[in-house]
Amino acid sequence: MDLATFLIQCLNSLQYGLLLFLVASGLTLIFGIMGVINLAHGSFYMIGAYMAFALAPVVEAAFGGGFFATMVVGVVLAVILGYVLEWAFFSFLYEREHLQQVLMTYGLILVFEELRSLIVGDDVHGVKPPEFLSGTIPLGEVMTYPVYRLFISGVCLLLAAGMWFVFTRTRLGMMIRAGASNREMVQSLGVDIKFLYRVVFAAGVAIAVLAGMVAAPVSSVYPNMGGQVLIICFVVVVIGGIGSIRGALLAALLIGVVDTFGKVVFPQAAGVLVYVLMALILLWKPDGLFKA
Amino acid sequence: MSAGARSSGLLAPAERGKALFVVLAFAALALYPLAAGQFGIDLVTKIMIYAIFALSLELLVGTTGLVCFGHAALFGIGAYAVVKLSPEYEAGSVWWLLPASIGAASLYALFMGSLSLRTRGAYFIMVTLAFAQMAYYVVHDTPLGGGTDGIYLNVKPVVAVGGRTLLDLDDPKTFYGVTLACLALVFVFLAVLLRSRFGRALAGIKVNEQRMRATGFETYPYKLAAFVVSGALAGLAGFLFAVKDAYVNPELLSWHLSGSVLIMIILGGLGHLRGALIGAFAFALLQEFFKSEAIWGAFAKHWHLGLGLTIIACVALLPRGLVDVPGQWRARLTGRGAPGGAGSGAGA
Amino acid sequence: MSEVLLRACDVTRRWGGLVAVDRVSLELQRGQVHAVIGTNGAGKSTLINILSGEIAPSAGTVELLGRDVSAWSQPRRAQAGLGRSYQRTTIYPEFSVFENCRLAAQARLQRPWAWWERADRCVAGNDAALAAVRRTGLFDVLDRTAGLLSHGQKRQLEIAMCLATAPQVLLLDEPLAGMGAEETDRMLELLAELKAGHAILLVEHDMDAVFRIADRITVMVNGSVLASGEPQAVRANPEVQAAYLGGH
Repeated sequence: MDLATFLIQCLNSLQYGLLLFLVASGLTLIFGIMGVINLAHGSFYMIGAYMAFALAPVVEAAFGGGFFATMVVGVVLAVILGYVLEWAFFSFLYEREHLQQVLMTYGLILVFEELRSLIVGDDVHGVKPPEFLSGTIPLGEVMTYPVYRLFISGVCLLLAAGMWFVFTRTRLGMMIRAGASNREMVQSLGVDIKFLYRVVFAAGVAIAVLAGMVAAPVSSVYPNMGGQVLIICFVVVVIGGIGSIRGALLAALLIGVVDTFGKVVFPQAAGVLVYVLMALILLWKPDGLFKA
Repeated sequence: MSAGARSSGLLAPAERGKALFVVLAFAALALYPLAAGQFGIDLVTKIMIYAIFALSLELLVGTTGLVCFGHAALFGIGAYAVVKLSPEYEAGSVWWLLPASIGAASLYALFMGSLSLRTRGAYFIMVTLAFAQMAYYVVHDTPLGGGTDGIYLNVKPVVAVGGRTLLDLDDPKTFYGVTLACLALVFVFLAVLLRSRFGRALAGIKVNEQRMRATGFETYPYKLAAFVVSGALAGLAGFLFAVKDAYVNPELLSWHLSGSVLIMIILGGLGHLRGALIGAFAFALLQEFFKSEAIWGAFAKHWHLGLGLTIIACVALLPRGLVDVPGQWRARLTGRGAPGGAGSGAGA
Repeated sequence: MSEVLLRACDVTRRWGGLVAVDRVSLELQRGQVHAVIGTNGAGKSTLINILSGEIAPSAGTVELLGRDVSAWSQPRRAQAGLGRSYQRTTIYPEFSVFENCRLAAQARLQRPWAWWERADRCVAGNDAALAAVRRTGLFDVLDRTAGLLSHGQKRQLEIAMCLATAPQVLLLDEPLAGMGAEETDRMLELLAELKAGHAILLVEHDMDAVFRIADRITVMVNGSVLASGEPQAVRANPEVQAAYLGGH
């Protein structure tokens, strides 16, 4: 492997890892704070990707906007979706046992998949990145790297920084962290915990949807993409430690590296390597790399 | 066990009712081929295989409280084992292929369990799902598994002694009988197991693992043993499934199948062996219902929607499963509260 | 001096910078009730968890019946004769009172490989369970579902489950918690009876009860031992009075 190829794979690892981190952070937040395992989280990613495909012409026709306008509309819709979903469905899951949460959200996956099938169909689609981002930059003498992939990494980093800021520097973040460690105490202090949970959930959904939208030009849009990303997110959470954002970041980057380089070095075993990594980490640290 | 069982060994009335139900169910299954056609026999054979699969998971989830979301891997490994190990153009022998299937599934269960059981609760669910995906990818991506197209079993194995074929598994009615016999054996085995010290220990671990440890039980070996036994039985179901259709593909290890079998046992009723039976039948019938073009027309291809909504409704409204329905009706009719969990036996 | 059944030597437990238990030593002798008292946060729970094997000590040793069990798991210590009851009732609510005790007794005769044998036909287990139930006065509710018992009865069941394993040492964590006067009297009578064959560690908040039943008292403050000795001496100790008894 020469330097340019190595560099490309490193950048790919970073991009994939950061994207995974984004989706997984929503999952681990919702579990860490509300105690709900949400199997349908992958579906939000899928919804985001299909939105990138299906909304673009609508937004273009309505506002004449392009890629960024579609993203904004998509995020707004996602927040609304998350808010309504939490109110109508997820708020009933908080008190239930994990098995029930798992099965109910599994049912939700089936519902989402079929609704998507009904609304948009089952075809695989490509999504074009916007004009000004679809170029490449040179790496070394022969290789080039797509600008759009750098854009994805950039967006993920920006969002990660935003999340860090909200958590550590704002009152909302403080309330969220407090609610995670002691729900009753926070309630008795007069914080509307229901509203808090709704906000957190909507944010989690929006982040996953945004990740899907941003990734669509690179990963293409196909049925089952939700299920695939969901399981990898589980691996991220298991390796990183439930409820730990730091852990999710480290784990996601680790998986990004293992998966990307694995595809190049051991193409046949590529799918399995991530799980081997998980098995090894479990041997060493059953609770994940970090505790929440 | 209830006091009656302790002192006299006879079945208390509630237990008698359950036993009668089970006996009647098996009798009905035994008589069914006389009345049914080809399609019916094929369908019920498939359902009985799922029932064995569901029973295996019931041991893990319902009895021990270990929510495993990766059981399809063990089912699929049992299925792939018989196909991979069968000779290419002649009939293999069940005498060695069946133990091999069960053995392969048990080995993976040992591996999966020993690592997954280091985690608890939600982690455990995620980890078992991940390990099942691992097996799925091995089968899906590597030449070992034959890829998405799957592998065909050219000649079904036979049950033969000294060159004479005793049972021709290619004949649907014979195979139905063999499957029914396996189902009955598995059911009886689990019923006996659950009343044994091992079974009671598993029940104790589910209810209060801390107290079990405080009294002197090392709980990890018990849980691992339950995982392996459960895996072995799933492997048996996989063996039967592969032989029935003479074909396996990676979807037998998919997490959707893991989800389906979990739904079966919740639908039927967790903590009851007959719940697994009822659940397997109910789920299969629900699937057939939603897939039926006669009822839904062109919309039938979106059968996952109906299934998904039904799953949500069932878990939300019938958390104790169908097994509990007669009890609820009785309670409503007599005006008394629904019977609680009196006694201690894990009901058959 | 009678037999020392459990000995803790300089047991210490640190959580990062916090020292929860600081070089605590104590002995449990057969025929004695040794009470450990202290305010909340004094380290009593951590201490009892270290003795039972649920938490490993950062330093120090625990000896059970003369053997160093510091590295032993909780089940292993239980097998060796250590019984424990919990502050928060830790029973099997779905099972009957009898089954609760039978399952506890089963810990001594596990035979997990004998899958064809019915657990409830094991004579030794049934006898041990019945004996434990009788001793704690729960015979009348033998077949009742444990979750339906009154609070006091549940606490008695905790003790019965300990006894079903025929332990030599009993670690009792606030057995009187939430009990009324009559139930407290009954429990104290039971403990007085049990004293004879066992060494008992009693963590309690009910001071009257402690002074009625204890043969030795250890007072803990901020993780370390403030005073230890006979009840009257401890009661008269000015430091103890200042820190805990509040001029009793």
